[in-house]
Amino acid sequence: MVNVTIDGINIQVPEKTTILDAASQAGVHIPTLCFMKELNEIGACRVCVVEVEGYDRLFTACNNTVAEGMVIHTNSKKARDARKVNVKLILSQHNTNCAVCVRSGNCTLQKVANDLNVHSLPYKKLLPENHGSHKFPLIRDYDKCIKCMRCIQVCDKIQNTNIWDVVNTGSRVTVDVTGAYNLEDSQCALCGQCITHCPVGALRERDDVDRVLEAVEDPNKITVVQIAPSIRAAWGEPFGLDPEFATVKRLAAALRRVGVDYVFDTNFTADLTIMEEGSEFVEKLSHPEKNKFPMFTSCCPGWVRYVKAHYPEFVDQLSSAKSPQQMFGAVAKSYFAEKLNVDPSKIFCISIMPCLAKKAECAYPSMVDAQGDPEVDCSLTTREVNRLIRSEQIIVKDLPEEELDMPFGIGSGAGNIFGATGGVMEAALRSAYYLVNKKNPDPDAFKAVRGMDGWKEAEFELGGKTLKVAVTNGLGNANKLLTYLKQGRVKYDFVEVMACPGGCVGGGGQPIHDGVEMAPERAPILYSQDKSMKLRFSHENPSVAEAYREYFEAPLSEKSHHLLHTDHHAWKMPGEK
Amino acid sequence: MSRLSIVTQNNAMKTVEDLYKDLERRITASQPGLCPVDLAASFLHLCHAQSCGKCVPCRIGLGQLELLIESVLDGTATMETLKVIEQTAESIYFSADCAIGSEAARMVLKGIRGFRDDYEEHVLHGRCSGHQDQPVPCVSQCPAHVDIPGYISLIHEGRYNDAVALIRKDNPFPAVCGMICEHPCEVRCRRTMVDDPINIRGLKKFAVEHEDEFRIGDRQPATGKKVAVVGGGPAGLSAAYYLSLMGHEVVVYEQRKKAGGMLRYGIPAYRLPREALDAEIECLKKSGFTIRTDVSIGKDVSIAELRDQYDAMFVAIGAHTDKKIGIEGEDAKGVISAVEMLRAIGDDDYPDFTGMDIAVVGGGNVAMDVARSAIRCNAKSVKILYRRRISDMTALPEEVEGAIADGCEVVELHAPLRIEKNEDDTVAAIWVQPQIVGPIRDGRPKPVSADTEEVRIPCDRVLVAIGQGIDSMKFGEYGIPVERGHIDAFDTSDIRDKEGVFAGGDCVTGPATVIRAIAAGKVAAANIDEYLGFFHEIKSDIDLPPVRFDDHKPCGRVNMKERSPEERKHDFKLMECGMSHQEACQESGRCLHCDHFGYGIFKGGREAKW
Repeated sequence: MVNVTIDGINIQVPEKTTILDAASQAGVHIPTLCFMKELNEIGACRVCVVEVEGYDRLFTACNNTVAEGMVIHTNSKKARDARKVNVKLILSQHNTNCAVCVRSGNCTLQKVANDLNVHSLPYKKLLPENHGSHKFPLIRDYDKCIKCMRCIQVCDKIQNTNIWDVVNTGSRVTVDVTGAYNLEDSQCALCGQCITHCPVGALRERDDVDRVLEAVEDPNKITVVQIAPSIRAAWGEPFGLDPEFATVKRLAAALRRVGVDYVFDTNFTADLTIMEEGSEFVEKLSHPEKNKFPMFTSCCPGWVRYVKAHYPEFVDQLSSAKSPQQMFGAVAKSYFAEKLNVDPSKIFCISIMPCLAKKAECAYPSMVDAQGDPEVDCSLTTREVNRLIRSEQIIVKDLPEEELDMPFGIGSGAGNIFGATGGVMEAALRSAYYLVNKKNPDPDAFKAVRGMDGWKEAEFELGGKTLKVAVTNGLGNANKLLTYLKQGRVKYDFVEVMACPGGCVGGGGQPIHDGVEMAPERAPILYSQDKSMKLRFSHENPSVAEAYREYFEAPLSEKSHHLLHTDHHAWKMPGEK
Repeated sequence: MSRLSIVTQNNAMKTVEDLYKDLERRITASQPGLCPVDLAASFLHLCHAQSCGKCVPCRIGLGQLELLIESVLDGTATMETLKVIEQTAESIYFSADCAIGSEAARMVLKGIRGFRDDYEEHVLHGRCSGHQDQPVPCVSQCPAHVDIPGYISLIHEGRYNDAVALIRKDNPFPAVCGMICEHPCEVRCRRTMVDDPINIRGLKKFAVEHEDEFRIGDRQPATGKKVAVVGGGPAGLSAAYYLSLMGHEVVVYEQRKKAGGMLRYGIPAYRLPREALDAEIECLKKSGFTIRTDVSIGKDVSIAELRDQYDAMFVAIGAHTDKKIGIEGEDAKGVISAVEMLRAIGDDDYPDFTGMDIAVVGGGNVAMDVARSAIRCNAKSVKILYRRRISDMTALPEEVEGAIADGCEVVELHAPLRIEKNEDDTVAAIWVQPQIVGPIRDGRPKPVSADTEEVRIPCDRVLVAIGQGIDSMKFGEYGIPVERGHIDAFDTSDIRDKEGVFAGGDCVTGPATVIRAIAAGKVAAANIDEYLGFFHEIKSDIDLPPVRFDDHKPCGRVNMKERSPEERKHDFKLMECGMSHQEACQESGRCLHCDHFGYGIFKGGREAKW
């Protein structure tokens, strides 16, 4: 333990405690901007500078540690002046059009500047030229970037995708795409983690809210919404509502106020995915000589983009099952259109996803209906749905809960946990067990694959065979696993990969809480919902059974193959051969 | 009214002189990867400030060039702009009245031709191809990427065992390098921006001198794989050390009586005492490898046979053959190559030059080594003959100064012509042709024969130190690609079409520094390990002290001291004296810790394992 004095407060802290943490323990707040614990401790913005007695120069609190007897002043004239000057310098290169910025009210720079009582700048405003596409799902505003480098760090350290890097040197340093000149030509997986780790509005998703409103207003369109599992763990956050209140049923009510015609649940197609993917896996297992293992899940489009770009040799081992989003689109524009007796082109299919890659996925040339129209017309992130609700002036706390529409408004607990890392694996194992043994396992028999660890392994008995499975989340962990597979250091039968840390609950399209990783908070919500549901097995979903009976015949049937499976080679990532 | 006055500097001029020095040091410490176009623009700005303004090309032209280059940097230029830049710079070069303008324009031309790709990248893509991926200057300049800020911080804390152990993670020869490393790490040391570079080599030497327990890395469980290392020099022994730590069974084949390679058979003991070398090799052997001396691969054992016996093979045979000057009389008795002489000394077979006049041909470090060894072998006089100027010598300046202090005479600008023999075929004299310094080619002035008489330098021995070759023939015959004597290995040390065979060190690069050989051994070890199907990691679990705060107050650099020439020139004992505790503490305290302060904390800083 070391003794330090911070702003006159004596405190004892363990050795190697940062000044920032020590101050916080002493009840002293030091503003930070670029800092993100364990991810970005680089002292770039120089906002957290403090004065240490005995030294002329100032030191950053975020990445320097205390020493015995240190006397620190966080708010001396020198520290305060330097901090303010640095904030003003940052603002001189930041486009402060806060009124029209998606991050207004949730912007760390805005807060830091306001808190420091900065009201004017003595410097010339020097904004860099904006360039790049505004059609790609991920958009970067060069004139808002404050070069905190967090996007680079998350893309390198957590996601191992290395899309962002520092380019140029000296005064022209900026963050830009590496390995390509334009984001849309890069190998970006569209996980969106750079957005959720950006302290300002320099990175954002393409806003498709107006397209949804247009469709809602079009009397010739039947608007069909699907809500992804993980949305129910997060959508209420920006409204200050807890998940027990901000349920999927209340979201359904909000969407009906917006004017959509049908509100369905992606949990339904999550169950359908399990039927197809689980059957595919059991089928593959029974012909080990013809198949390469492990089989990989294919429901995360960020992961599919990543594997296509970085490890093309594994693409054939992806399950051919479409993602729940796309299965839903396919069902909506075939089976459902038939049920309604309308032309599929009348249906406008909207998905609410925690994800940017879903925006790309629904636009792939292979994800189309019989007439060549997109199965899913428009994919909104959780944040866009929040903006949609706000723009329609809907007071969420006054809304009642409303049942989802049938027949696709019902999903099992197994489908519900798709939104957390390990969920797809667990759901698949629950049904694979049934497929092989013709009886249900304990629904919690496979809970070894739950939890926030980046790379989990488990072994289960299935049909007299020991099944070795792995679950990873965060593309950096996927990269490690694939490297190990290539090197022959590990062997698995089935692997689940989710691009985002923690799975979809930590998705790049989810509400942003600067400096807080939300997945560990949100995942338990999905599991407790699963626990409290009667329906906990995908194969017991009555609507799924009905869909097979009325339309798809059986898992892996010809019709299923045609509508619910896909060829991962039918579209190309930039640079893919 | 006074007709003349003495020019005195006013305060502004004095300050500017100071700033010139600051700038000089700053340029020396420039980190790699900067945008060359941005630098060109900045240099031009300085050049323009130097303009007196009398003439049009310089006064106006340089300013317009600046604007044009700025437009390139701002991404508003076109390919046409590059033409205008070139045309304008050419005109300024041809028409400026004095060097202030013409040389400024020449620098611009040099840039637009020398890094045209960068200019085009800016124009076409608004990007710079420069990239700062090696932000810790000392670590990036060290071929073995030793964690220099790390071990300096440990030295500052008095943790010498930890400091040396941390060095061994990347370089198994801390004692050797503490004495003889050419310390490329110091060249771009950022401390130079404040005052002078840190004496990194001196600090390493200090740490080794105060290490009281040899600590090598932990040996991993045995893998059952066998690796042959051909050549017991720094490259071979480094590879053997790391491969042994990784759990492989390694045998080093050394053709001479003892291991050490050029460390023993090339570097005289007054720079690297044999006891220190022996102790270091003994320490490394604790990792588990064995050394078989007096075995010549290709002669005693065929290469193919050896390859068959092992799972992988690392060829690190060094560069041990001598080169001839190619002049008449070189076959005289008494003409000795540096390689030959230093090799004999390496086996404790010291020549007796008592009463003799010695001529040394060459200007590199080896020339200084043989000249200074000759002094220590009782020579009456030693003349170092060199066809260029002293300042053009490739030897380190301190080596040249040391040789002179030892009593050697440097005869610069004299090119050897022929060796005159006595009747018994022994050397009588060497004839040399005086030179004058001539035009600069590739940054070095070429010597040109002076229009004066040839000079006869009487001598009893001629020591030839003009470079070394590689004895690679047998390896070529075995099927390893050989390019002009050098073994043609990839940067990853593997060899085209020869699976399981790796090569590195001097036999690949030609005669180079010990630290480059060590780096080659390290690279080979990692890649051989992977070739064998393993992924062992070499790491250190040494906990580094927290960084120290510092105000960067300028402070002089502690330089190394040597025993006085009068004393040292009579023996082969270590010439250099170590730092005192006081000095080492001050010197280590000067380190700016670029691994923590600056870009290093963001990218490319500390690598805890490899």
